[in-house]
Amino acid sequence: MTWQIRTFLRTVVGRAYPRFIGVWREKSWVIFDVFFPLLQVSAYVYIYRAIGAPPEFAGFAVLGGAMIAYWMNVLWSMASQLYWEKETGNLQLYLIAPTSRMAILLGMALGGLTATTVRAAGVILVGALLFRIPLRVGHGALFLGVFLLTLVALYGLGMLLSSVFLLWGREAWHLSNLFMEPVYLFSGFYFPVRALGFWVALVASVIPITLGLDALRQLLYPQLMERFRFLPVEAELGALAALAVLFLFLAHRGLRFFEELARREGRLTLRGQ
Amino acid sequence: MVPMDLAVKTEDLTRVFRLRKREGGREVLALDRVNLEVRRGELFGLLGPNGAGKTTLIKILATLLAPTSGRAFVAGVDVVENPAEVRRHINMVCGGETSGYGLLTVEENLWMFAQFYGIPSREARRRIGELLSLVGMADRAKTKVYHLSSGMRQKMNVVRGFLTDPEILFLDEPTLGLDVQTARTIRGFIRQWLREHPDRTILLTTHYMHEADELCDRVAIIDRGRILACAAPAALKKTLQREAVFRLYLEGLADAKAALDGMPGVRALAQQEEDGRLRVDLILSEEEVLVSVLSRLQAKGAKLAELRKEEPTLEDVFLALVGRRLSEEAP
Repeated sequence: MTWQIRTFLRTVVGRAYPRFIGVWREKSWVIFDVFFPLLQVSAYVYIYRAIGAPPEFAGFAVLGGAMIAYWMNVLWSMASQLYWEKETGNLQLYLIAPTSRMAILLGMALGGLTATTVRAAGVILVGALLFRIPLRVGHGALFLGVFLLTLVALYGLGMLLSSVFLLWGREAWHLSNLFMEPVYLFSGFYFPVRALGFWVALVASVIPITLGLDALRQLLYPQLMERFRFLPVEAELGALAALAVLFLFLAHRGLRFFEELARREGRLTLRGQ
Repeated sequence: MVPMDLAVKTEDLTRVFRLRKREGGREVLALDRVNLEVRRGELFGLLGPNGAGKTTLIKILATLLAPTSGRAFVAGVDVVENPAEVRRHINMVCGGETSGYGLLTVEENLWMFAQFYGIPSREARRRIGELLSLVGMADRAKTKVYHLSSGMRQKMNVVRGFLTDPEILFLDEPTLGLDVQTARTIRGFIRQWLREHPDRTILLTTHYMHEADELCDRVAIIDRGRILACAAPAALKKTLQREAVFRLYLEGLADAKAALDGMPGVRALAQQEEDGRLRVDLILSEEEVLVSVLSRLQAKGAKLAELRKEEPTLEDVFLALVGRRLSEEAP
């Protein structure tokens, strides 16, 4: 193995480590990342029950609540992370290190993904027990495949946004705020996205969670989702794979482009920008 | 082609910053045709006041900033053409750094940064243990970083810089804002490390003249982006040997500068209020000028409370070159 590959792998592990360890050292996530999202989920569950919707609808909301954890992680701990790293002085230390920037982003993504999976699992477990939600996965391998591909595409998007934040630190950070709530709506976190109409769902599909959630719901509740599905699972799987490749490619190119631009403009280490 | 014995070389290195429109939109010249050569194995100091261009120069050499014009070579490699190669030879520590993650222990933080340099975990832990002992922090290895004082945190940062055993290390004001004891520990550590690694090079920026004097083999004095002088500290001070350096304490006079304005033989003057008296540092072209200086001051109403003949320091060299003290802001 060459020195570059070894350093790449060590960087991934090194940068992921603070996020792995954070799960055990900062237990406040149980409140903020499981309990609070469940409150929102509960609101939808009670609305569905009040209008006499089938119990699977509560499952839609719990699954959406769990996926919110990933979206939040991508927005605040991936996309805007390099802005925070710049403010604390870590960014310049990353940039002078003889390692790949993609390895640093990948470490951030893997660490965040692992930590968030613990949180998302917490939401699903507590939600399923609390509301007695039927969770029967018919096609286990396919379900896992869709889930993983959704995460790869989603964190690919996070890495792309992260490279943009390298240049437009604070301004782009405001964009994260802007993305948060509208995406909850347009990606159909609490209801099947088809309800918004085909074209809105199509535009919203640029956020991988839109397609991922729809496909996961189809695999969890195939009969009910016959009426509400946006696209067939196979098509959504293909689109997710394409998005994953596209976002990772753009992140790689973007990182190089924006780093060079920021170096020329002197914005790599200028704090408060 | 850069000679093999040079760790750093710059050729007419210039950096201009364009301020944003809401800040006036004007251009600021941070580095002005800087030509510098740092030899391998040297501890080279860049001495200058805040805003002189020291950090800008370090950032360019560390590949964090592109020059507007001119060239810079680190370990013989062009920082613009091949920054990735430059990074294999360097590391950097800045004063007042808050890097790392508070949730991690000192050892974990240092291990994490070592991973970015491809250092195997066992080797990283061995080096961390050794270096922490050298800065007196061996018992803090398992302490979470958010429990450290700022001095301890800076010692950890210094260890981070040395941990990767860099060929060329940039230390940007490494003792900035630290208490005397911590600053002394860090300076002692730097000296010891260089003794044990005589082939390594350190480029240190500071605005503490005693730090430059104590540590550096050679010093470049920089002000407003320009290198004004470059030599060994002793050689720089020797340039003032013909001159006479005096420190006067005066009573009954508020402005000695105005009183001595235009007086022949007065090469440089700096003044500041101290304990209700006016402290005046004077560089005279020769000792004999002192008599007429004192007469002039007396005529202006000043009463001489104390008079000392001083050995020239780097501060005096700076004063003679720039016309103000290091601690004074540029007008």
